[in-house]
Amino acid sequence: MEHNNKDHATLASAFNVDEARVDWHDETLWFVREKRDRAVHIVPEWEALRETASQIKNNVLSNLHDYLLQFEKNAQQNGITVHWAADDKEHNQIVHSILQQNNINRIVKSKSMLTEECHLNNYLKSAGVDVVDTDLGERIVQLADEAPSHIVLPCIHWKKEEIGELFHQYLGTPKGNADPQFLTGAAREHLREKFLTRRAAITGVNFAIAETGEFVVCTNEGNADMGAHLADVHIACMGIEKIIPLQKHLGVFLRILTRSATGQPITTYSSHFRKPRKGQTLHIVIVDNGRSRQLGREDFRNSLKCIRCAACFNTCPVYRRSGGHSYHTAIAGPIGSILAPNLDMKDYADLPFASTLCGSCSNVCPVKIDIHQQLYKWRQVLVKDGYAPTAKKIAMKGMASTLASPGFYRFAGKMGRWVIKHFPFMVNNKLNAWYKHRDMPAPPKESFGEWYKKNRGKTE
Amino acid sequence: MSSREKILSGVKANQPSIKVLPEIENFVQPFTDVVEKFKTVLMAIGGNVHVVQNMADVIDVLKVQFADAARIISVVPEFNDYATLYQQGDDPHLLNDVDVAIIKAHFGVAENGSVWVTEAILQERVLPFICQHLVAVIDKKSIVPTMHEAYEQIAGTHYSFGTFIAGPSKTADIEQSLVLGAHGPKTMTVFILE
Repeated sequence: MEHNNKDHATLASAFNVDEARVDWHDETLWFVREKRDRAVHIVPEWEALRETASQIKNNVLSNLHDYLLQFEKNAQQNGITVHWAADDKEHNQIVHSILQQNNINRIVKSKSMLTEECHLNNYLKSAGVDVVDTDLGERIVQLADEAPSHIVLPCIHWKKEEIGELFHQYLGTPKGNADPQFLTGAAREHLREKFLTRRAAITGVNFAIAETGEFVVCTNEGNADMGAHLADVHIACMGIEKIIPLQKHLGVFLRILTRSATGQPITTYSSHFRKPRKGQTLHIVIVDNGRSRQLGREDFRNSLKCIRCAACFNTCPVYRRSGGHSYHTAIAGPIGSILAPNLDMKDYADLPFASTLCGSCSNVCPVKIDIHQQLYKWRQVLVKDGYAPTAKKIAMKGMASTLASPGFYRFAGKMGRWVIKHFPFMVNNKLNAWYKHRDMPAPPKESFGEWYKKNRGKTE
Repeated sequence: MSSREKILSGVKANQPSIKVLPEIENFVQPFTDVVEKFKTVLMAIGGNVHVVQNMADVIDVLKVQFADAARIISVVPEFNDYATLYQQGDDPHLLNDVDVAIIKAHFGVAENGSVWVTEAILQERVLPFICQHLVAVIDKKSIVPTMHEAYEQIAGTHYSFGTFIAGPSKTADIEQSLVLGAHGPKTMTVFILE
């Protein structure tokens, strides 16, 4: 596995080298969080909407088997071809085989975090298929050979001057031009040519409606629609948890999704695909990839309620100051940190620890996922199952035996105070992980126990 | 066992006991004038709005606004004197040079400034996305307060493709700087017919 040697703390310290950049990243995301607040506060029924959305999703998870069958049947009646993929590998193979059957080796793709999770781009690239990501942010990171660092704002970690340089190199824009309006215009021209010449388009799915067999795709740029409506073949990829029971439930979810994500009242386009266009074939790939396993984990199944708004990213003090790539997984941030250990406990054992457990993520979540509580629960599972980092395990064991023995506890306290007083460099050094981001306190002359014995113990 | 059966049996084995589906409450809105709300929100998200008496008024505005446009097409017969009537059948790629597309929308939604359109009125799905400027006409009486009423309107209708469009296409992917005109229209103008 490629992720084996990566961990959040190490990657975050690399991101933290440039302090001014960290501040800028932090402020940019907080700006998005504030936009969300303004949009949410003018909706008086906001809390009722969150509760309704949460209950609809609870119902979905409790009846997912039947809803999946209902959706499949209705989609097929609508003329859509439905495929099932047990894991990432099968998903990629299905997509590739559809392209092969249609003799297509150049495609456009709009945003789909599922295809990122499955590493579809790399798979297709090695199979000789040219994939162009058409969301502006995704195209930027694709040109730079990077993964998105945020699920809604893929290149939020890039500065406009750097994008100007990247476009100069790849799109031939004048050197030194970093005007967002100009650069967006250049990308518009560059990508329009792709829309007009690619015969297959891949999109994600925001919501799949069991009642009608239709699915909804939300974008601001219009890139999903430009791709899908001009292509002979449209392939939509969705996780099994994207199902909602009834069409009218879209009223609830479309009201909360974009307000939570960017502070807009709705995305520019909320497109409902029910039947293929005349002369077009329409495919849906329904993917499990560990989701049914997560459904069986009582403490973590709520993570499947996520609608991918990224409000938890924008509010998270750790995400804002460590950057999306420090999470080394397709879906970063607090929600990604509870999804990733389900995919691989060993590779992602570090992520539930990348949190202050402040609970802000749970407060802003539009479908009321108890994110910070699940992070806390994952820590317990990971330590119990032996996936915690070695240094942490040794420290925890040492602490446990110290706390279990009153005599040793008193001795260790004395020793600690003596060492800090006479040999501060013994603890104030780089080998002590605790010291890295903290100042050691001045040692007190005596412990509380000693003080109590002297001052209160006598009077008893 | 096929992947389909494997997934379905896994889901069945792991899904919790049934939780009841909630009713959606009837939420009363703080605004009473849906037309005003629609206008305010649509302008805030970058759209243009005009309240007009008839189609002749619409054409008067368009003649000024799009004086330089080379290709103006419409799917509404009332605009025959001003725009070329478009009907399904041509290769959709040929719409690439459309400067202005004029469409009708089924209704508007006050809380988010969007309009609902379906393939039946668009003729070609890509039309409202591929044009440089989009013009939509709605009836004043058709504006509903929220998305809940919107789906009451949509319920039971048979469309093969439908979309809510809220303003011009946009992106803020470069340093959160809002740019109108990402891949779709650079402007959207909605005419509200009295």
